Amino acid sequence: MIPTTHYLLLSLALFTIGVIGVLTRRNVIVILMSIELILNAVNINLVAFSRMLGSVHGQVFAIFIITDAAAEAAVGLGIIIAYFRNRETVLADEMDLLKW
Amino acid sequence: MTGTTVNLVLFYFFGGIAVLSAILMVTRRNVVHSAIFLITSLLATAGIYLQLQAEFIFAVQIILYVGGIVVLFVFVIMLVNLDVTLHQAQFNRQWWVATLIALVLGAQLVFAVWIGRQGSVLNLPPAAPALTAQNTEQVGQVLFDTYMLPFEIASILLLVAMIGAVVMAKRRI
Amino acid sequence: MNPQSFEAIRPYLLPVLYGVVLVAVLPLIVGYIILLERKVMADMQARLGPMRVGPHGLLQPLADGVKLMIKEDIIPEAADFWVFWLAPLITFLGGMTALAAMAFGPVFQIADLNIGVLFILGVSSMGIYGIVLGGWASNSHYSLLGAMRSAAQLVSYETAAGMALVTALLLGGSLSMRNLVEAQQRSGVWFIFLAPIAFFIYLIASIAETNRSPFDLPEAESELVAGYMTEYSGFRWVIFMMAEYANVIVVSGLATTLFLGGWLRPFASFHAHLPGSAIDILDAVPGLILLLVAGYCFWRTPKQPVQIQKAVMALFGFICLGLAGALTLPLSSAFAAWMPGIHGAFWFLAKIFVYVYGFLWFRFTFPRYRFDQLMRLGWHFLIPLSLVNVMGVGIALVLHQQAGWGLAGALTLTTFGTLVIAGWLVAVSERHERELLTPASLAGGD
Repeated sequence: MIPTTHYLLLSLALFTIGVIGVLTRRNVIVILMSIELILNAVNINLVAFSRMLGSVHGQVFAIFIITDAAAEAAVGLGIIIAYFRNRETVLADEMDLLKW
Repeated sequence: MTGTTVNLVLFYFFGGIAVLSAILMVTRRNVVHSAIFLITSLLATAGIYLQLQAEFIFAVQIILYVGGIVVLFVFVIMLVNLDVTLHQAQFNRQWWVATLIALVLGAQLVFAVWIGRQGSVLNLPPAAPALTAQNTEQVGQVLFDTYMLPFEIASILLLVAMIGAVVMAKRRI
Repeated sequence: MNPQSFEAIRPYLLPVLYGVVLVAVLPLIVGYIILLERKVMADMQARLGPMRVGPHGLLQPLADGVKLMIKEDIIPEAADFWVFWLAPLITFLGGMTALAAMAFGPVFQIADLNIGVLFILGVSSMGIYGIVLGGWASNSHYSLLGAMRSAAQLVSYETAAGMALVTALLLGGSLSMRNLVEAQQRSGVWFIFLAPIAFFIYLIASIAETNRSPFDLPEAESELVAGYMTEYSGFRWVIFMMAEYANVIVVSGLATTLFLGGWLRPFASFHAHLPGSAIDILDAVPGLILLLVAGYCFWRTPKQPVQIQKAVMALFGFICLGLAGALTLPLSSAFAAWMPGIHGAFWFLAKIFVYVYGFLWFRFTFPRYRFDQLMRLGWHFLIPLSLVNVMGVGIALVLHQQAGWGLAGALTLTTFGTLVIAGWLVAVSERHERELLTPASLAGGD
């Protein structure tokens, strides 16, 4: 069978790419999508361990994370729409109202 | 023997698509293309779940993540569609520092996983048919038995998120 | 090929064969559903429909196919080419993949997944992407507007459809398509009689899910040209159409499996209750129906005006005769084993035909819903009703299993409760609709 290490490394690769996406992109929507990628990577981790340990708790935790990601995406996108209506921009660099 | 080979081939296939789509997603100029690559990455992840014989999570991933969350993203992308962003800079000014730090973080985690690889061999046989045939039942059992409180809290969380999203996106409250 | 490797791939040969048959036959079936739609529309509008190409227009799909294939492939200049190319394929793939888990009979099923219903729901919700991306990639106002409306509609009715299916799953106890039909066989009565409100909700939600009338505002000709399909011409439009009708077949198949007893003959389990097997005479009905159709074809053959149409009519007559023979006469004991499979497939297809006929009937009877009415119906009526229905059936099952009530009695009680709440919901929405049209609200903003 496939060692768990393979799945962990895959999840790490996705996690790193997601972190790079969050830290480098200017478009806030792409930042949110990268956050979804990070949560997804964590899910792969959980499901791989659930399979390794033979218990289903990991998968249940993964379901909760998916639910959480949905809630967060909805609210985040609502904020983006509200901000866009006021400031006409979706670039993170230009959202600097709180800067001195 | 052929079982393991098929499993390895499937793993590399789905894993490769997931990583490749993720890289493409983070680097596309057009946000709609990014969304499409997010879809393929999530679908490949669903394939990984199926390969781990977690069929309920496979279905939930497709219905919720691909069929719900990314649809939300695509809607918002079309609502805030700015053609001008296609011609502006894609990455912020600190991109090389950020990439470096992220790669260092990744290297640290890879190191941690690599050290611990001896104790993490999946030495189970392909899970007994009775076990996999009951995946949904088992998930349901555990969800409504041990995790009943988090389940209710998650439903309240979703209610709050729904109200929050509606309030944030209204034109006039 | 040595025997060992043949044994290794043998379990995969039959599903591959089924898959090939399905993919090969689907365009033909879609073509004939389109012809059926035109003939039924004509019949309901007191005219004849296509009559010229082949006898009674029976070769019309072939002519349409050839015409659309040789059309020029026009792509808008500012359209995003790759997404434009990809969009119809996504919708089509969503529909076709869902057909892989569908059980067309006790034998004809590509894969009996443990999570069959969930898989079909998930994969058919991928069709939203084809619509939205197609509308966006066309770089045209009508397309984008139609795409957004269509996607909003699909997303709104998905929840109601899912909840209605959950009701049937509560009664069936499994997500696998095969187990659900066997559960209906064990309980002796189709789930539509145990959960009629769920079937009603699913009927409406499935019409909205496939963008058919009266919920077809996104693709209505007088409203938005053709909505998200405006810029698609020739074969790309054919793929969108095939995807839409494949979705119709998927949705009908789901309704048939979950509510109408799948491949079960009417009164399939009655010989367990009644003495003697008089009810088994219904087994001869499929052969009889096809024999009658063959007889009609042969009777009309000499009345065709043109020689080639005579030949085509006689050909259809012989095809129906062959099918009737396949259904009634096992030539040897080897074929007798195939009888349940063939009969099951016939009943399944017959039920799908009835459901699709219902779709066509609705299309030509009801006027189109306005978009806000459509959304209000989905969110304010169907979703609360489906939630109450799930609770109701759950309560009925608990009363039956824990408190020892009879299932029929408990379900009747909760169905009446749900109907009362449905009536209240309708009254509330009527009041809202009336309030919408008062001068005060028409003058103010939103």
